Amino acid sequence: MQELGFFTILFSAVFTNNILLTNYLGMCSFLAVSREVKASLGLGTAVFFVTAATTALNWAVYYHILVPLNLVYLRFIVFIVVIAAFVQLVEMIIERVSEALYQALGIFLPLITVNCAILGACLFMVIRDYSFGQACAYGAGAGLGWALAILAMAGIRQRLAQRSRIPRGLEGPGIALIIAGTMALAFMGFNGMVSLN
Amino acid sequence: MTATRKWKLFRENLWSQNPVFVQVLGICSTLAVTNVVKNTLVMCLGLIFTTTLSNLALSLIRNWIPPRVRMMVEVLVIACMVIVVDIFLKAFYPDISRQLGPYVGLIITNCIVMGHTEAVALSSPPLPSLVDGFSAGVGYSYVLLLIACCRELLGTGSVWGVHVLGPHWVNWSIMVMAPGGFFVLAVFVWIVKGWFMRPAQKAQA
Repeated sequence: MQELGFFTILFSAVFTNNILLTNYLGMCSFLAVSREVKASLGLGTAVFFVTAATTALNWAVYYHILVPLNLVYLRFIVFIVVIAAFVQLVEMIIERVSEALYQALGIFLPLITVNCAILGACLFMVIRDYSFGQACAYGAGAGLGWALAILAMAGIRQRLAQRSRIPRGLEGPGIALIIAGTMALAFMGFNGMVSLN
Repeated sequence: MTATRKWKLFRENLWSQNPVFVQVLGICSTLAVTNVVKNTLVMCLGLIFTTTLSNLALSLIRNWIPPRVRMMVEVLVIACMVIVVDIFLKAFYPDISRQLGPYVGLIITNCIVMGHTEAVALSSPPLPSLVDGFSAGVGYSYVLLLIACCRELLGTGSVWGVHVLGPHWVNWSIMVMAPGGFFVLAVFVWIVKGWFMRPAQKAQA
C-alpha cells in the first residue's frame, strides 16, 4: 500500500474507485441536486473543497491526537465534528470575503455536513493506512470524482428532461438510478488502468 | 397519541411513506453492502438499532436542545449509537466487521436516521418517536434485504451462501459489482411506483 504514488491514488480515486459510482457514497444529494448543471457545479465544487481539506485535517487529528491518546474508537464522533466545524468555518469565511461566492456555494454548505462521501473518504483513508501525502491525494481525488459524477449526471438529466419520454414510474429518482448504473458501467472501463486494492 | 395512530405511523413508514421507494433517500451507506445478504442483514440490524435508540434519546432530551445547534446534537447522539454498533461487531463478529469496513461508520450520515430525528423525534413524545424510528428502520431494511437477495441470487446463484440455482446457472457477475446495485434499485423503484402506487396517485388527483 505504501508504494502507491500521489498521482496513482489521485487518478484511481477519480476514475477507477469513484466514491459515488463504486461505493454509493453521497447518493442522497447526488439524486436530489443533479437536475441542473449550475446547481450541481456549485455543490460539486463545495464537496471537492471540503473533502480535500477535511481528509487532510482528519489525518492529522487521527494520527497525532487519537492514536497517541488511544481513543481510536471515538473516530466517528471526532471526524464528524471536524467536518461540521470545518463547514461552519468555511461558511463564515466566504460570507465575509466574497458575496458572490457565498451566493453560489452558501446554500449547499449545510447539506455537506451529512454528505456520506466526505465522512466516507475520511474513513477509507484510515482503513487503508495512507500516509499524509497519500491521504491528501485520496481526499482530493474522491472530491473531484464526486464532482465529476454529479456534473455528468446533471448534463445527462437536463438533456433527458428536454427531449425524451420517460415511463411514469421511472420519473425522477428511477431514471437517475439507471443513468448512474450506466455511468458506473462506463467507469468500470477504467478498471484495468490502476487499482487501489 | 393513541394506539391506532401509532399503528398508522408504523404502516406508513413501511409502505406508503417508505423512504427508499418514495424519496430514494438514505441508500448511501447500505446499498454498497447489498451484494451479500448476510452483510446486508447485519447492516440493517445496526441501522434499526441506531434509528430506534437515537429517536428515543433525542425525543427524551428534545426540550433542552437549543434550536441553533440541534443538527450538531443529533449527529453526536447518532454517532454514539453507531460507535456502540461498531464496537459490538468488532467484539463478537470480527469477520463481518472487517468485511463491512467503513460502512458501519457511515450509518451516521445516513439520511434516514437524520431525517427521522429531525422530523419526528424533536417534536413528539418518546413513545411515538420510538415507534417511528423502529418502523423507519424496518421499512428501510426489508427493501434492502430484497435487493440483496436479488443481487446475490443473480450474481452468484446462491442466497445466504447456499447455492440454489443449480449447476447450469451462469453467474451475472455484473450484479455483485457496483452497477448492479443501481439497476436493481431502479427496477424496484419502477415496479413499486409504476404498479403498486398508481391507484393512490389517481385518488389524490
